Amino acid sequence: MMRALQKIGFWLLVTVVVLYSLFPFYYAIVSSLRPSAGLFKVAYWPHHPTFANYTGVFVGQPFGRNILNSIIVSSVVVVLSLFLGVTAAYALGRIEFKGRGFLLMTVLAVSMFPQVAVLSGMFELIRWSGLYNSLPGLMIANMILTLPFTVWVLTTFMRGLPKEIEEAAIVDGASPAIIVRRIFLPLLWPALVTTGLLAFIASWNEFLFALTFTLSNSERTVPVAIAFLSGATKYDLPWGRIMAASVIVTLPLIALVLIFQRRIVAGLTAGAVKG
Amino acid sequence: MARPQSELLRARTRTAWVFLAPMLIVLALVAGWPLIRTIWFSFTDANLGKMSQAKFIGFENYYASFGGILQDPDWWRSVWNTVWFSVVSVSIETVFGMIVALLLNVDFKGRGFVRAAVLVPWAIPTIVSARMWGWMLHDQFGIINDMLERAHLISGPVAWTADPRLSMWSVVFVDVWKTTSFMALLILAGLQLLPSDCYEAARVDGISPIKVFFRVTLPLIWPALIVAVVFRSLDALRVFDLIYVLTSSAKETMTMSVYARQQLVDFQQVGYGSAAATLLFLIIAAFTALTLIATRSRASEG
Repeated sequence: MMRALQKIGFWLLVTVVVLYSLFPFYYAIVSSLRPSAGLFKVAYWPHHPTFANYTGVFVGQPFGRNILNSIIVSSVVVVLSLFLGVTAAYALGRIEFKGRGFLLMTVLAVSMFPQVAVLSGMFELIRWSGLYNSLPGLMIANMILTLPFTVWVLTTFMRGLPKEIEEAAIVDGASPAIIVRRIFLPLLWPALVTTGLLAFIASWNEFLFALTFTLSNSERTVPVAIAFLSGATKYDLPWGRIMAASVIVTLPLIALVLIFQRRIVAGLTAGAVKG
Repeated sequence: MARPQSELLRARTRTAWVFLAPMLIVLALVAGWPLIRTIWFSFTDANLGKMSQAKFIGFENYYASFGGILQDPDWWRSVWNTVWFSVVSVSIETVFGMIVALLLNVDFKGRGFVRAAVLVPWAIPTIVSARMWGWMLHDQFGIINDMLERAHLISGPVAWTADPRLSMWSVVFVDVWKTTSFMALLILAGLQLLPSDCYEAARVDGISPIKVFFRVTLPLIWPALIVAVVFRSLDALRVFDLIYVLTSSAKETMTMSVYARQQLVDFQQVGYGSAAATLLFLIIAAFTALTLIATRSRASEG
């Protein structure tokens, strides 16, 4: 009796957790598939599904361009972060030198920076370099979000590799650049995928910089575009389209997260357990 | 023999700095320099239109006869809002995260699916989740009001995000939904490192699961839990996106980040806004330093 009750309670809890996690996204899909005139009545199921909202979101505003912008900015940020991260991680993870601990603490400290604390300085820098309202400006700004944890996670990973693997190469007189490229890069693939994904997601979701450093619709990234989607008046928000846009930009992320579930979990915890 | 050794060592050190240089330069450019400039701007009368003509005015943005930031009740309100938001949301997330982590630590059929489901809110961009919940919490057409009315829990529609008494709770609610999974994953990582023999012993002795949790599990995962709480708190203290989209610049939900950006961009007062940003930076730095000291002393005790 007690056993059965426990079992029921357990599965009830599991159901609640799953429903709680998934329902908002389910409801966004339902709303995005309903004609906008019908949204003024609540429905739990799209009775007459239509894709009008999905086509509508690409008309009247450069949403396709916004998606492309997000992809370009995030990809460049990922590549740059990984390159700088690997070289730095080799130094921090494989070489004993004075000041290493201090540098690691500095990198960690930067990841604690509130974005707002660099906002005016970054604004000045970006305007001075003529990159205001352009994608390169956003790429530079986003590096502050992705670089610290990329360096940290890759350093942790490099440090975990056995010492012997590079000794032979050193004896053979291979240069450090070759050691990194030929020996470490192949071993680092799993860590690169993890950190690359996390960096991509962080950059894809970035809002404050994109909001402040862009002006025109065509230079905006996806989060800002969604925040600014509006109807004829301020009080008449096109909820159907907003939900369609939300679903469009979220589906690829959810797919990525589900495919690389284990890696992402490993990366997140590796990034935190360091503390 | 000693000579070539030290020669090699010196070469290695040189290599280290060469490999570090690109990363350090970029970090100095995107983090160090902007931070220094922000702090400098906080001592000037800089205006967004003409930042280059900023004049040094000392501490007047902070404290002055005509009213500095430290005399602004709205600033103190945003400080209080931020602290309240961080404490309440991180506390709820810790409890929920613990429950989800304990659930996921049980070996049951469909566990992979549940873990994937829990990860979905984490993967959704903050802006999107703010929009999604903004729609669900809509005062006239929102599904939350509909559900509660069907269940006879409320008699009329509730303005979740506009009502000053409720808006902060709505923000907390959405934040909890979004970030509980992060908390759960970190706690789960701690749980999975625990030795199973303690549990075997406890079960043989017939100790109740609740007692086992408080006497065995909690003390053992304490370090992992602290790390998770510190990380979440640092994140919560700088919250911006969620509040900006869900309740825009309403006073009841304004946090330090929202306040600073409003001064900086909307009111164009770069000097004053930078002062707010600098104060936020100092608060977070102090919090980080305190936790570091606390964990250090704990570690040296244990």
